[in-house]
Amino acid sequence: MTQALRQFNERRRHAMGGMADRWRALPRWQRVLTFLAGIAFLYYLPFLGDIPGTNLIIPGLDWFRTDSIAGGSNWAGVLFVCALYVLVAIGLNVVIGLAGLLDLGYVGFYAVGAYSVALFGSTQSPVVQSLQRQFGLSEEWAVAWAVCIPIALAFSLVAGVLLGWPTLRLRGDYLAIVTLGFGEIIRIVAKNSGWAGQAQGVAGIPGPEGPPSADNNVFGLLKIEPWYWLALTVVLLMVLLVRRLEHSRVGRSWLAIREDEDAAAVMGVYPFKFKLWAFAIGAALGGLSGLLFASRSAFIQPETFNVQLSILFVAMVVVGGSGNMAGVALGAFLLAYLPERFRDFSEYRVLAFGLALVLIMLLRPQGLLPSRRRTRELQDRAKEAAVNVA
Amino acid sequence: MNFDALFGNLAQHTVDGLSKGAIYALVALGYTLVYGVLRLINFAHSEIFMVGTFAILGTWSLLGVTDTPSIGMAIVYLLIGLLVGAAASGATALTVERIAYRRLRRMNAPPLIFLITAIGVSLVLVEIYALWMAGFFSGRGFSENRLVIGIPAMLKQETVLSVAGANITNVQIIMVVSALVMLYGLDQFINRTRYGRGVRAVAQNPDTAALMGVHQDRVIMLVFVLGGLMAGAAALLWNMRYGITKFDIGFVIGLKAFTAAVLGGIGNLRGALLGGLLLGVIEVYAATLTRSTWEDVAAFVVLVVVLIFRPTGLLGESLGKARA
Repeated sequence: MTQALRQFNERRRHAMGGMADRWRALPRWQRVLTFLAGIAFLYYLPFLGDIPGTNLIIPGLDWFRTDSIAGGSNWAGVLFVCALYVLVAIGLNVVIGLAGLLDLGYVGFYAVGAYSVALFGSTQSPVVQSLQRQFGLSEEWAVAWAVCIPIALAFSLVAGVLLGWPTLRLRGDYLAIVTLGFGEIIRIVAKNSGWAGQAQGVAGIPGPEGPPSADNNVFGLLKIEPWYWLALTVVLLMVLLVRRLEHSRVGRSWLAIREDEDAAAVMGVYPFKFKLWAFAIGAALGGLSGLLFASRSAFIQPETFNVQLSILFVAMVVVGGSGNMAGVALGAFLLAYLPERFRDFSEYRVLAFGLALVLIMLLRPQGLLPSRRRTRELQDRAKEAAVNVA
Repeated sequence: MNFDALFGNLAQHTVDGLSKGAIYALVALGYTLVYGVLRLINFAHSEIFMVGTFAILGTWSLLGVTDTPSIGMAIVYLLIGLLVGAAASGATALTVERIAYRRLRRMNAPPLIFLITAIGVSLVLVEIYALWMAGFFSGRGFSENRLVIGIPAMLKQETVLSVAGANITNVQIIMVVSALVMLYGLDQFINRTRYGRGVRAVAQNPDTAALMGVHQDRVIMLVFVLGGLMAGAAALLWNMRYGITKFDIGFVIGLKAFTAAVLGGIGNLRGALLGGLLLGVIEVYAATLTRSTWEDVAAFVVLVVVLIFRPTGLLGESLGKARA
């Protein structure tokens, strides 16, 4: 049995390797074309199975949609959440996958981003109301959505630095627990503080078209496709950005720190500085997705930002294959999409999630779609272990 | 800040805190033992505690226990509860080690992987209890039950002692005393016996210990079982004091117990006791000061502050460097 499995795995690896080589051997224009087609497909996804503008249906593709089952969720809505989670995963991948820092409180940054746009952009937030009173502004005044974006980015960046500054000197597993505590503290602070709307949360959070109202004809409450396209565009931009970062001096420093901090330090990479960078950049990306989440739902409350969500975020990265952007995107997509598509088993979905985590980690610790370098690292470690088996 | 409420009755709050801390201390021992030997945070330990509370509840309902039986019967039931709780938690801990960790140890996987499997195992245990076992142990058959479940009270909680204005109840005395006794027993076991020597040896240097003929896997199993036994005892105290359980009670207690372990110096048995009791007291003080709103933040703040200023904890870490 194991023999057969191993053989199969060997053959699969061979085939996959061949595919990668053949891909690289293609002329550049063919690769670009395929790439563009892939992106076009992503934008087409909300209509999956339909041909827009006609009544024609492509049979079979319908099966993948979440609204093809009874009581299923809005397909574009699910895609929007998938895109958000992909954004989160890309941000968390910088922290976990590239810099090798274990962050279990990532939801804290997500919350900071969401609360930034809520507290500054909504006319119903205590912060805006007190600003109105302070400066004698009209009751409709609130910070414009576009201005909220830099605010949210700045706040989550600062939150990342504030958390990172004292804690990044800690050992990896301590860091995990401290960040976990940080996530909880943010939630409890939001729940207990009058200026953050307490347990009821904040409503009336604006989107690109201003506060939620029935007059919004693009970014409205019912039509979700534009929201998905917005999120997708942000994701693509960020993928580009992080990709550049990954292959820069900073990215190489992160990898060096992940693989051996002492060796990196000896080579002149100051670990603390680059770890802090990873933390801050990851936090900003988390804040950005929090902002999109809050704008789309127009209403947030502290209980949304619980530890379970944090754990889900980490799971997306690790299951997908930490260190590889395509991998973490796949992980995020699967963990957001599968529970929605298979709602019939919703009772057992946490159980299935837990089992999947254990199984994937035991059988394929590098993740579903790992980065090549990461896989080699794990193999190296395994070899080291083989020397001193008891 | 409600300083009057705190200082008006400081002794009482201290006593309440100590008894609360006794549970943290016992659970913290599990974290500390495993961390001391494997340098691994056993994230699933909180669920091992949860399993204990349910196993005890199940046994008591099987025996047909009702509220406040006679003293003699109460002692019998409590002893049975201790045995069952310790056995159930110990067995669960052993299973977790076997399923989730052993294979990864062979692969020498990085800590992140261990953490994720531990979270996975934790989720699986919690859901198994939410979906089937909580219903089963509370006598409703294998059915979904995500509610708080009551446990028959063994002892009527009444004041037996008044010291410096603090009313100390019988249950509080039992809690603190049994935590001390359990720790003393464990401490003796680790420091005096042959098995304990093995544990300390592996904690100090696994490879050398293996060369000297210590069976690593057996020591690791032993450590998980010991942690489980302590969690089982903690579960009994919890049932006695609070009289409720729920499928997800483990999470918060686990987090606080871990904080306690770090506070005292992770890997240090006496540190776990000190950290647990101290954390209990800090929490009760914080709850009194802020009228309970910030009670849960106190533990995290303590954790962060300790890790920043004294990452080795109050008593210093390492099981291996304990008195040889």
